[in-house]
Amino acid sequence: MTQSRSTEIGTGLFVLLGFAALFFLVTQISSRGLSFNDPAYHLTARFTNVGGLKVGSPVSMAGVTIGRVESIDVDPNDYKAVVRLRIQQKYSKIPNDSDVAIFTAGLLGGQYIGFGPGGSETYFKDGDRIEMTQSAIVLENLISKFLFDKASQPKPAEGDAK
Amino acid sequence: MSALGDIFGNARDQLAKAGSFTLFTLRLVRVTPAALARFSLVVDQVFNTGALSLVIIMLSGLFVGMVLGLQGFDLLQRFGSTESLGSAAGLGLLKELGPVITALLFAGRAGTSITSEIGLMAATDQLAAMEMMAVDPVRRVCAPRFVGGFIAMPLLAGIFSMIGIFGAQFVGVTLKGVDSGQFWSQMRASVELRDVMMGVIKSVVFGLACSAIAVYEGYHAVPTAEGVGRATTRTVVNSSVAVLLLDYMLTAVLL
Repeated sequence: MTQSRSTEIGTGLFVLLGFAALFFLVTQISSRGLSFNDPAYHLTARFTNVGGLKVGSPVSMAGVTIGRVESIDVDPNDYKAVVRLRIQQKYSKIPNDSDVAIFTAGLLGGQYIGFGPGGSETYFKDGDRIEMTQSAIVLENLISKFLFDKASQPKPAEGDAK
Repeated sequence: MSALGDIFGNARDQLAKAGSFTLFTLRLVRVTPAALARFSLVVDQVFNTGALSLVIIMLSGLFVGMVLGLQGFDLLQRFGSTESLGSAAGLGLLKELGPVITALLFAGRAGTSITSEIGLMAATDQLAAMEMMAVDPVRRVCAPRFVGGFIAMPLLAGIFSMIGIFGAQFVGVTLKGVDSGQFWSQMRASVELRDVMMGVIKSVVFGLACSAIAVYEGYHAVPTAEGVGRATTRTVVNSSVAVLLLDYMLTAVLL
C-alpha cells in the first residue's frame, strides 16, 4: 500500500494544525494553562470563616494577583479553616507581619484573598503561617447584627414623646 | 391483534439492531490494536476524514463564531456588560458549540463517505473477496476508518473552536468596538484548563460514536444501490441523535 506524497503532506498539515489549535486553546485561552510550573512557595492562613472562597481563587496584593488558593481544609482541633496559598516566587519579599483578609470582587464577583503589607524587615518563608487574618464577611451575619442592634436601641419616636 | 404483533416485532428488531451494533463496536475495539500496527491505512483515513473536512470545518467555525459574537454582543449590551463577550464566546465555543457542531458536520461530511464507501465495497463483492483471501474485512477496512475518525475528531473540534474565537473577536472587537484587551482578558479569566479538557473529552466521545455508527451502517448496508443510500441516510440521522443525546449526558457528568 503506497501512499501518495500529497496524502502524507495533507495529513501532516492537518495533524499539525489540529495540535496547534489545541495548544493555542490550552495556553492562550485558558487562564491557568501552564502556570503550574512557575516557581512558587506556600503559606498557610487560618480563618474562622472563609465564606465563598474556593480552591483557585486569586491571592492579591495591591490589586495584583500574586498567587492562588491551593487548598482549603478544616482543622479538626479548633474548627478553623486552614487555607493554603501558593504565591509566585518573584513575590518572595512579603513582610512577615503582613495581614490577609477575604474580600469580594465587585458586587457579584467571586471572593479573593488580599494581602495588607506590614512593616517588618523579615519576610515570609516557604511553609510559614500568616498570623493576622480577617475572615470573610458573611452578609447574613451583618444583616442580623444590624437588625438586632436596631431592635435593642430605644426607638427615637418614643424618646421624643417623653 | 396483528397491530400488536407488529409493535412487538418492531421492538424486537430494534433490540436486535442495538445488540448487533454493540457487538460490532466491541469487535471493532478488539481489532483496533491490529489496525494500529498497519499505520499507513490509518493515516489514509485521517486524511480522508480529517484533512478533507478541514475547509467545511473552518468555514463553519468562522461563521458560528461570528454569529456568536453578534448575538452575544446584542444580548450583553442590554446589561451593559459587553466586555464579557470574550468569556461568553470562549466558553460557548469550547464547551458546547465546538464539539457538537463539529460532530454534526463530521457525521455529514466524513460519516456519509465512510458508510457509502464500505456499503459500495459490499455491493461490489469486495468484502466477500477479502474474506475469500482470508483477510478480515473488519480489520482491513472498518477498523482503520474507525480509528481515523476517532483521531481526527478532537483535532477538528480544536480547529473549529480556535477559528470560532477569532470569528467572535472579529465581530466583537473590530466591528462592534468591544475593547480588545477586555475581550481577551475576560476570556482568559473565565476559561480554565478543565473547560478545554471538557471540549476535548466530548469530541473524543463524539468521534468514537460517529465513526462506529458510520462503519456499522456501511458494513451492514443492504448491498444494493438503494440499500447503500438508505444506510447513508441512517448514518446521518443516527449520528446526529447520538451526538445530541451523548452531549446532554456528558455535560451533566462533566459540569
